[in-house]
Amino acid sequence: MSENVLEMKNIQKSYYGTTVLHDINLSLKEGEIVGLVGENGAGKSTLMNILFGDEVISSTGGYEGEIKMFGKTVHIGSSSDALRLGIGMVHQEFSLIPGFTATENILFNREPIKTNFVSNVFGDRLDTLDRKKMREVAKSAIDKVGVKIDDDMLVSVMPVGHKQFTEIAREISKDNLKVLILDEPTAVLTEKEASTMLESIKSLASKGIAIVFISHRLNEILDICNRVVVIRDGYVVKDSDIDKITVEEITKQMIGREVDTKARKTRSNQSNDIIMSIKNLYVDMPGENVKNLSLDVRDGEILGIGGLAGQGKLGIPNGIMGLYDAEGEVIYKNEKININDPMSSLSRDIAFVSEDRRGVGLLLDESLEWNISFLTMQVKNKFLKNLFGKLISFRDNSEIKNVTDNYIDALNIKCTSSKQKAKELSGGNQQKVCLAKAFAMNPKFLFVSEPTRGIDVGAKALVLDALKDYNEKHGTTVVMISSEIEELRQICDRIAIVSDGKIAGIYDASESVEKFGALMIGANAA
Amino acid sequence: MKFDLKKFLADRSVPIMFIIICSVCIPLSGFSTGYLLNEIVTRIVRNTFLILSLLIPIMAGMGLNFGMTLGAMAGEIALIFTSDWQIWGIPGVVLAMILSIPISILLGTLCGTLLNKSKGREMITSYIISFFINGIYQLVVLYMMGPIIPIIHEAIKLPRGYGIRNTVSLLNLRQSIDNLISINVFGVKIPVLSFVIIILLCLFIVWFTKTKLGQDMRAVGQNMEVARAAGINVERTRVLSIVMSTVLAGFGMILYLQNMGNIATYSSHSQIGMFCIAALLVGGASVDKASIGNVFLGVILFHLMFIVAPKAGTVITGDSMIGEYFRVFISYGVITLALVMYEAKKHKKKKMAEGSDDEK
Repeated sequence: MSENVLEMKNIQKSYYGTTVLHDINLSLKEGEIVGLVGENGAGKSTLMNILFGDEVISSTGGYEGEIKMFGKTVHIGSSSDALRLGIGMVHQEFSLIPGFTATENILFNREPIKTNFVSNVFGDRLDTLDRKKMREVAKSAIDKVGVKIDDDMLVSVMPVGHKQFTEIAREISKDNLKVLILDEPTAVLTEKEASTMLESIKSLASKGIAIVFISHRLNEILDICNRVVVIRDGYVVKDSDIDKITVEEITKQMIGREVDTKARKTRSNQSNDIIMSIKNLYVDMPGENVKNLSLDVRDGEILGIGGLAGQGKLGIPNGIMGLYDAEGEVIYKNEKININDPMSSLSRDIAFVSEDRRGVGLLLDESLEWNISFLTMQVKNKFLKNLFGKLISFRDNSEIKNVTDNYIDALNIKCTSSKQKAKELSGGNQQKVCLAKAFAMNPKFLFVSEPTRGIDVGAKALVLDALKDYNEKHGTTVVMISSEIEELRQICDRIAIVSDGKIAGIYDASESVEKFGALMIGANAA
Repeated sequence: MKFDLKKFLADRSVPIMFIIICSVCIPLSGFSTGYLLNEIVTRIVRNTFLILSLLIPIMAGMGLNFGMTLGAMAGEIALIFTSDWQIWGIPGVVLAMILSIPISILLGTLCGTLLNKSKGREMITSYIISFFINGIYQLVVLYMMGPIIPIIHEAIKLPRGYGIRNTVSLLNLRQSIDNLISINVFGVKIPVLSFVIIILLCLFIVWFTKTKLGQDMRAVGQNMEVARAAGINVERTRVLSIVMSTVLAGFGMILYLQNMGNIATYSSHSQIGMFCIAALLVGGASVDKASIGNVFLGVILFHLMFIVAPKAGTVITGDSMIGEYFRVFISYGVITLALVMYEAKKHKKKKMAEGSDDEK
């Protein structure tokens, strides 16, 4: 067969004495799509950062081992090296300039230019941009991707999916592109967009580009990859052709145990009392507007809220918890909540685990202890030692440490100690910290928004189990918002589907996936 | 519709406030239209070039930058030399501009390099740097000019024999550019050449945004990390933007001083940065966005207030100091207000961005 475009041999990398990659070997052939899977923290990102010459790598002492392209040893010390060698990367977090148009982003720093009088004297950087040519190149790249993106639209006003496609268009407009790294390109896309994305990835590969495809959606891996490489704890544990492996096998290799994906059985002891009643809720959350939504939540249940991105499901908890402007009536235990004041719901033991864990959920630069305890301290005056009859309050650090250690054990949070900073944890572990923070408040009612977004199968199962257990042990009502109907079916009693800012319908979780799917795309339940 | 109007007004609240202040003060001051127009034209000619020099660092994401103060010092040093060499008129102005370039580049590179070490805090850092360089400027002008740097004419030296006097007269240079081609329209003197220079600079800035370097600066201004990943030399691009700003500010200062007709050796530059930034903000600019339109609107409104406020203050209170006091106080107030509003807006925007797409 054709020769190896890229070969990574005996790659090792350590951060501050901790080895995160051991002796990794990875090769790519022309036109091959290799799926790279592994739990968060397994080393995928580090490996890809090495390949793309990310600053993180060079600033922490570089990597060991050898990278060959077309048989020749190369050194990748910076992103420019990688770009020069024809390695392109589509990041999980968008690397686009918000105030630039799609065209400007696609051709960013590779703009066709025209020389002029001044640039002849002062050098190339004073060449003027050739807007007409830029547009032509951008248009043809967008055509190749296969999605209609307005080439003149500013990235800052684009829907998420279009941003992702703009990134891909940017990579494929590069003439020298040999290797393309796609880090979870479908994570933010709707199903339809995702399938378009997969199609365009396949057509790219057919043009001879070698592709590394990272995804947590194993079905996608099976769908488009030729080969799958599983990484666990910094080792390659499996490197197999795709037709010789199954989803179960991949999952097992990733985490070393079976994952149960069955729908939850209907619980018989369900109460029919309404604990929260939402009436005519409007939430002004950009991209997730809620329009005149009414919903009743039963005491002690786990209610799932699903729906496509942008339909408003995320607006519900954000509005009720006072993070975005909202109008409407929310009755909780026969009391009206002031929905524009977070304290109003927090003081009634309603907690919220935000989908934006890095922004709203965590104090990234603080320790786990702080992260887990500060809200409780703030809202419930717990973890405090009082002196002189509450005149002066001190933090009760030993109590905080105890509680934190308990949660670290209970939720299996991978960290060096309870003093570690939140930002140093991987995504899945950060999510667990967010849950612990909410649990520490002893909530009677818990909103959980996208708790499994961007985290791997193993952590996902843990997070879902933790929610289920908490609900069963403490009788806490849980409202869980998620884009993945499968995971809602695993733990919820009932699932409501939001479409266009309203509830399209509510079914028991045991209903078939097709029925929920029909609600999502707006087909009437009748 | 109602919402849009509110947003429209909120976005322009600073200029609107100034229009209101001016429209109250103008009738109170009792100045004639002719007088006001003449004054405004003078101020536009005097200040616009300097304020325009602020635009490029803003484009590169370095905020309202006091780096221009360094350029102003370079311009002053150049003018001190040309006046010592007795080169007057337009040749004097041109020579001073040429002389200022290397000094501006040197100071701009220094400032830019330091600002690269304090990303995100450019405004305050550059402000403090301007104090620091002011110290060096004083050392050079007060002690080194004479013994080390040859100064021929006693007229500009301090009586003790070295150092430069508090005021250097530019009488033979005064308004040489403004007067070269000037026409009189209904009693208002229009210095055509000065306007041509300003318009040329505007055209240059517009053209510059279309160049590769301009595009890179805009990119660096919006997201340094993305720009770096795309292979742009972020640090160098930022230094270049500051150097361009100091060079332009050097020219601007020379044009400013030729209009004034003298150099206040130890104070001309000290407040120029503050007033230019205030004027730009009054024109509706913010820390990350400023246009040529903001510059002109700002110059007109800010200086209109400067002209009418002392007189209006005198009329109201009978004390001219009150008006003087007000104009300084208001210019600091404007900067504070504009900065606070900018932060608030940025915070809101950030929140909205996080809501609409789930990047982080």
